[in-house]
Amino acid sequence: MIRLEARGQASRVMVYATPVLAVALTLASGFLLFWALGFDPVKALHAFFIQPLTTARGLGELVVKATPLVLCAVGLAIGFRANVWNIGAEGQLTLGALAGGGLALAFYGEGGWWLLPLMVLGGIAGGMAWAAIPAFLKVRFNASEILTSLMLTYVALLLLTYMVNGPYRDPDGFAFPESRMFEPEAVLPVLVEGTRVHLGALFALLAVAGGWVLMSRTFIGFQIRVIGLTPAAAGYAGFNEKRIVWLTLLLSGGLAGLAGLGEVAGPIGQITPGISPGYGFTAIIVAFLGRLHPVGILLAGLLMALSFIGGEAAQIGLGLPKAITGVFQGMLLFFLLATDVLIRYRVRFGAKRVTA
Amino acid sequence: MNGEGLLILGPVLAAMITAATPLLYAALGELVVEKSGVLNLGVEGMMLAGAVIGFIVMVNTGSHTLGFAGAALAGAVMAALFGVLTLLLLANQVATGLALTLFGVGLASLVGQGYVGRPIPDVPELRVPGLSDLPIVGPALFGHDLPVYLALALVPAVSWFLYRTRAGLVLRAVGENHSAAHALGYKVLGIRFLAVLFGGAMSGMGGAYLSLAYTPMWAEGMTAGRGWIALALVVFATWKPERVLLGAWLFGGVTIMQLHAQGMGLAVSSQLLSMLPYLATVVVLVAISRDVTRIRLNAPACLGKVFHPEA
Amino acid sequence: MTAPPPRLALRGITKRFPGTLANDSVDLTLLPGEVHALVGENGAGKSTLVKIIYGVLHADAGTIEWDGREVTIPSPHAARRLGIGMVFQHFSLFDTLTVAENIALGLEAPGPMKDLAARIRAVSERYGLALDPGRHVFDLSVGERQRVEIVRCLLQDPRLLIMDEPTSVLTPQEVTRLFETLKRLAAEGCTILYISHKLEEIRAICDRATVLRGGKVVATCNPRQETARSLAEMMIGAELTTPDRAGAPVAGAPRLEVRHLATTSDNPFATNLVDVSLEVRAGEILGIAGVAGNGQAELMAALSGEVLVADEAAIRIDGRPVGHLGPRARRELGFAFVPEERLGRGAVPELSLSENALLSGYAREPLVRGGLVHFGRARSYAERIIGAFNVVSRGHRAEARSLSGGNLQKFIIGREILQKPKLLVVGQPTWGVDAGAAAAIHQALIDLARGGAAVLVVSQDLDELFVLSDRIAVLFHGRLSESRPTHHTTVEEIGLLMGGLFGTAADDEEVGRVA
Repeated sequence: MIRLEARGQASRVMVYATPVLAVALTLASGFLLFWALGFDPVKALHAFFIQPLTTARGLGELVVKATPLVLCAVGLAIGFRANVWNIGAEGQLTLGALAGGGLALAFYGEGGWWLLPLMVLGGIAGGMAWAAIPAFLKVRFNASEILTSLMLTYVALLLLTYMVNGPYRDPDGFAFPESRMFEPEAVLPVLVEGTRVHLGALFALLAVAGGWVLMSRTFIGFQIRVIGLTPAAAGYAGFNEKRIVWLTLLLSGGLAGLAGLGEVAGPIGQITPGISPGYGFTAIIVAFLGRLHPVGILLAGLLMALSFIGGEAAQIGLGLPKAITGVFQGMLLFFLLATDVLIRYRVRFGAKRVTA
Repeated sequence: MNGEGLLILGPVLAAMITAATPLLYAALGELVVEKSGVLNLGVEGMMLAGAVIGFIVMVNTGSHTLGFAGAALAGAVMAALFGVLTLLLLANQVATGLALTLFGVGLASLVGQGYVGRPIPDVPELRVPGLSDLPIVGPALFGHDLPVYLALALVPAVSWFLYRTRAGLVLRAVGENHSAAHALGYKVLGIRFLAVLFGGAMSGMGGAYLSLAYTPMWAEGMTAGRGWIALALVVFATWKPERVLLGAWLFGGVTIMQLHAQGMGLAVSSQLLSMLPYLATVVVLVAISRDVTRIRLNAPACLGKVFHPEA
Repeated sequence: MTAPPPRLALRGITKRFPGTLANDSVDLTLLPGEVHALVGENGAGKSTLVKIIYGVLHADAGTIEWDGREVTIPSPHAARRLGIGMVFQHFSLFDTLTVAENIALGLEAPGPMKDLAARIRAVSERYGLALDPGRHVFDLSVGERQRVEIVRCLLQDPRLLIMDEPTSVLTPQEVTRLFETLKRLAAEGCTILYISHKLEEIRAICDRATVLRGGKVVATCNPRQETARSLAEMMIGAELTTPDRAGAPVAGAPRLEVRHLATTSDNPFATNLVDVSLEVRAGEILGIAGVAGNGQAELMAALSGEVLVADEAAIRIDGRPVGHLGPRARRELGFAFVPEERLGRGAVPELSLSENALLSGYAREPLVRGGLVHFGRARSYAERIIGAFNVVSRGHRAEARSLSGGNLQKFIIGREILQKPKLLVVGQPTWGVDAGAAAAIHQALIDLARGGAAVLVVSQDLDELFVLSDRIAVLFHGRLSESRPTHHTTVEEIGLLMGGLFGTAADDEEVGRVA
C-alpha cells in the first residue's frame, strides 16, 4: 500500500526537483505517444526537442516565441500568488495588439521616433483596460475573475476578427482580413542580426527582473504572498485585498498587452486574425512550471517556446499533427501538479500497521 | 402577420431547447461535482473529449447510442485523471482543472485529426403521434431527439437524488463539511471521486450532443467556451438543479437570437453578435455574485478545499 | 456469581504519528453504567484514544474488548453498530442541513424522514432536550447544536457514550442540565466516557478517572477523593504555578472606549453586535466572557479594524475616534491584537517565523523602508521574540505550522507585546495550549497591564477570566453586559449572564457609569 505522510517542513529540494521530474515524465510519455502513433520515437523526439536548437535561426526563434510567454507568465504568476486567477491573458494580449497596433495604423504615414513608445504604452494600456473589467467585477460585485476573464477572451478574439474585417482592414488588401504592414517607424528594432529577436525580448527580461524585485524584496510582494496563502491573516495584518486584486490584474493585463503589441510590432508586423497561437493560455503552464517565480518562468518560457517550435518542425519534417504541441503542454502541467505532492508529503510504501 | 409570427415561435423554441442541451448536461454534472465540494474547471476539456470520442465511435460503429456511451466514458476517464490529481495527490483544484482543459483541447484535436468535416447522419427525432403535430407546442416540445429528453429528465432526477435520497444527503454533507463527514465515517474521497466521474460523464455527453446532434460534425475547439458557460451556469443557478434548466434555456435563447439576427441580415456584424452569449454570461454572473449572502447560503462550504484524511 | 465483563476494555493501545507517539500502550477499562473521566493536558493523547474507540483512527498495536469479546472497530459505522456513540468537541454538524438531516447522517438505519422527525421529538422530550427537527443548524445556538449531537447518539440506544470536552461551549447552567441527562443515562446502564480538563466538573460527575500524560496512563483514581489541585498535578506532572498578580491595578486613563457599537453583516451566519459599550483603562485587564457565537468574532473584527464601523466615534483609542481606521492605522496608534485563530489568522502556516514577525510587526517596528522589506531586521525581531518568550522552534526559519500550539501562541503574543502596545486585545489566549505555556502567557498579560497597558481578553474559559481579569463583562446575542469587578462576582453570576439574563433597559443605562 502507498501512503502519503506529511512532512514537517516543505522540502526545498523537491521545489526544484519536481519540474525536472515532470519534464522527464513528459518526455517518457512522449516517447510512448509517438510510438503509439506509429512514429520512430527517438527520431520524433529529436526532431521535436533537439533539432530546433542546432541552428542560430532556431535559437533566435526560441527567444522570439519565449518573449510573449515570459511577459504573460510573469504577470499571471504574480496574480496566482495572490489567488487572483486571471486566465484571460490571451484576451488581454489581443487587446494590447489591437490598441498598440491601432496606433500604428492611425498614424500611418505620419510616424516619427515618438510612435513606437506611444504604441508600447498603447499596448500596455489596452491589456490593462481589458483586465480592469474582471478586476472591477470582482472587487465590486464579487464575480469570479476566472470566468469573467475567460469570457472576455472569447469576446476579444471576436473583436479582433471584427476589426481586421472592418476598421483595420488593409484598404489595398483585396478584402483580405488583415491590416496593412506597419511602417518601419512602427516596428520594434531587431536586436540580433539574422534573427527575428526584437526589443520585446529585452522587455521580457526587464519584466523578469522587475517581477523578482516585487515578489522577493518589496512589502507589496509580501502582502501578495500572505493574501494568497492565508486571506484571513492578510485581513488581520491590515493588507488591502481589493487593492491587491486591482494591482495584480492590471499588472498581468499590462504585461500581456505588451506581449501582444510585441507580436504585431515585432515578428508579424501587421494585425492579422491569428496573432497568437495561444500564448496567453500556454503562459499559465509556464507560470506553474516556473514555480510562479520570475527566474523559473524565464527557463520555463524557453522550454515551452521549444515545444511550439518543435511542434512546427515536427509537423513539417515528419508530418506529425500540430495538436501534439498542446498535448505535450497539457501533459507537462499534469505531471508537474502530480509530482508537486512530493514537496509537502513523503511517499511511504508498505503496510502501516505494526503488530505488537 | 401575427399568426405567422406565432408559428415561428415553435421552431424558435425548439431551437432554443436544442441549443441549451449541451449546457444542461455539462452544468448538471458540474453541479453534482460542486455539491460534493470539488471545483472542476476542466469542463471544457471533458466536453471536447466527449465530442471527439463520441464522433469517432459513431463514425466507426454507425450507432448514436454507442457514440454517446463512448463520449460519457471519455469524459469520465478525463475526470478520473482530475480526481486522482486533486483527491489523491492533493493538487490545487483550480490549476488542475485548467490543466485538464488545456490538455483536453490538445488531445481532442490530435485524436480527431482524420475526422474533421466528415458527415454523419442526424440523430432520429422521437415523434409523439398527435402531440408532435400540435401548432407551436408540437415542434417546440415534441419534435426532439432522445438526448434532449434525457437531459430534461436529468433535471428532476438530479434534484431527486440530491434532496430525496440518502446517498444525495451524504454527498451534500461531504461538500458542506468534509471533516465532520469523515468523523462520522463517510468516505469523503470515494464519494467525491464518484461525483467527479459523474460530472465527467455528463460533460462528455454534452460534448457528444454538439458533435453528434447539434452540428453534427467534428471541428477543433467546437465547444467554443460552452464548458466555461456551464460553470457560470452553476453559480447562476445557486447550485439548484431547476435553476440550471432556466439558465440553460436563457443561454439557448441568447444563442438562437444571435443566430436569427445574423440570418435576418441585421446591420450588425456577425462577430459582434457572436459576443452576445459570452457577454450575457458575464452579466448573469455579476447579477448573482453581487448577492454575497445568497451565495454563502447556497455554495457548498468546502468547495475547492483540499481534504487529507490524516491531516 | 461473577461480575459482568467490562463494557469496554482497551489493552496496550499504541498509536504513532510521524514524530510523536500519541498513545503509548494505553490500558482503559470502562464498566457498565459508570461515568468515567479521561483527563489530560492538550496533546496528552485523549482525542487520539477516543478516535480509536470510535473507529476514526486505527491503533498500531493493542486489543479492544467489548462486553468481554475481542473486536476490531474499522470505522465509525462499526462503532455505532456496537452501540458506541460520540459527541464531538468540534461538532460534526452540517450548517446548511436541517436537524433531522444531521441526525440521519449519524444513524445507521435512519428510516423515512417523517418517522425520524417523530422519533427525534420523542427522545428529546424524554430527556428534556428540546429540539425542532425542521430547523437548520446555522440557526441554532451552540447549546442547541450540542443537543443535536446528543440526540443523534441517543436515537441508537448507545451503551457507551463518548463526550469530548462537552462543557467548553456551555454556560454553567447548561452544564448542570447536561449533567442531569448524563446521570440519567448512566442510571439506565449506559457507560459514559467523559473527556475534559475541567477538574471541578470531573469531581462533580465522574465515578472514576484515568489520567493521560504524554500518551501514557499515569494514574487511575476516584476523582471525588482527589482535589482539583492534585488532579491537575497528575495531569501536568509538576507543581501547579499560579500567576503572580502582585501590585494593585492602577486605574489610569481610558485607553479604549467603545460607545453604542452596532454592526451589520452580509454573512448570514454572523451575530450582529447591538449597542455594545465598554471601557478599558491603562493598567487593567477587562475580561469578556460568553459562549462562542454570541458576537465575539464580530467584536474582535470591529476592534481590530478588519471590519470598519459606520460610526467612527463608536470606538476610541486614547480618546481618538478610530472606527473608520483600518488595522494598520490602529496599530500605529499603539494598538496590538491577538486573534482567536492562531494558525490561519494570527500566523501564516507556510511562512517562516521571521516572515510571520513581519506580518503585524511592520506597523510599529522599523522593518519596512521605502516599500522594501528589511529582512535582516525581521529576522532579528523574530529572534528577539523567540528568546524573550521561550518559543521552542528550529529558529527563525521554521515554518509557523511546525510549532506546537503553545509555542506558536507564545510567539504571536510575544510579537504583539514586544511592539510595546498601549492597548492589547486578545482572543482565547490559552485555548488548546499546554499548562506551561498557558501559565507563561497569563503572566505576560498581567505584566503588560501592570506596566501601564490596557488589556482586553475575550475568552470562553471562565477559570481563565477569573485568574486574569480585574473586571468581567459578558457577551450574549451580540449584547454586552455591564462589567463587574472580579472579586465582587461569582462564577454562578457570570454564568447566569452567559445564559442571557440581562439586556434590560436599566442595564444599558448603567454602562456609562460602571465601565
